[in-house]
Amino acid sequence: MQDEQLLRYSRQILLPQIDVDGQIKLNGASVLILGVGGLGSPVSMYLASSGIGKLVLSDPDMVDLTNLQRQIVHDTPKVGMPKVESAGETLLRLNPEITVTMIPTKLDEATLLEQMQQVNVVVDCTDNLDSRLLINRVAVAARKPLVSAAAIRWEGQISVFQPWLGENPCYHCFYGKAGGIAQTCSENGVVAPLLGILGSMQALETIKLIVGSGETLTGRVMLFDGQAMEWMGFKLPRDPACPVCGGIVRERNPSA
Amino acid sequence: MAVNVLFFASLRERLGKQQASVDSDVPISIMEVWERSGGGLILPDNVLVSINHVYATTDTLVQPGDEVAFFPPVTGG
Repeated sequence: MQDEQLLRYSRQILLPQIDVDGQIKLNGASVLILGVGGLGSPVSMYLASSGIGKLVLSDPDMVDLTNLQRQIVHDTPKVGMPKVESAGETLLRLNPEITVTMIPTKLDEATLLEQMQQVNVVVDCTDNLDSRLLINRVAVAARKPLVSAAAIRWEGQISVFQPWLGENPCYHCFYGKAGGIAQTCSENGVVAPLLGILGSMQALETIKLIVGSGETLTGRVMLFDGQAMEWMGFKLPRDPACPVCGGIVRERNPSA
Repeated sequence: MAVNVLFFASLRERLGKQQASVDSDVPISIMEVWERSGGGLILPDNVLVSINHVYATTDTLVQPGDEVAFFPPVTGG
């Protein structure tokens, strides 16, 4: 690592859990970020500034004026521009040492699998249940850690899914049976810093997964209530009958 | 003994309460906990549940002394 890089990342290299070895891992890692909206903004910005070597961004939308209140990777002159392009510009200004790949389309199952196979971690920042269930199905098939969060109104949820580690669950074990969920920010509203809270936690879990340090949210869920300013956590057991992860090969002695 | 019931996030606003207590000496269904704690006649399929800090399906039986938390699904981003 060059002097300038050591200097740029010095404040996190100071942490014994990261150190130079961890920074080398971060610089060599690649992360697929699905959706660069409210959650994808803080996720992509923190991962870029932390020096994740390669970020792959996928989002079919254009920047809209109503996005700017919370989607802080985009700014006012970017209205009308594809979100991945707008985000790519911001991220490379934050950190010109990384590579950003921009995919301005919604990925189908085959392309999603192809993209996931080339990265270390997948971060779900999408805004609907159908996409979330599809992303989970493909991440389980690709056996890639899935860092998943969601936010609306004043509330949010976050978890990490790695079902092949021991007896851990997948997203389908959690949401596979929930019905009647059609939530949009345009109907329900959403308070801006909520995305910063949940998205920053997604970035933190991603960094821990890459560096290999600490306890991740694998097998548990955290719920956030911004009105009461309370967190609630619970364990998420796997569903033995889950159509997505019920029959996969599991590692019996997981280290994480 | 009582079942301690908690409502989280936007469910609090919807139901106008944060918690409730349901008296029972025998195991009861989640549906019954929901109904007797003021949730309404039918547990909507978009309300999620944990029992004693473990995610649960709605067919799980609740024991006297358990803590049941109801919370809304979130899928936005």
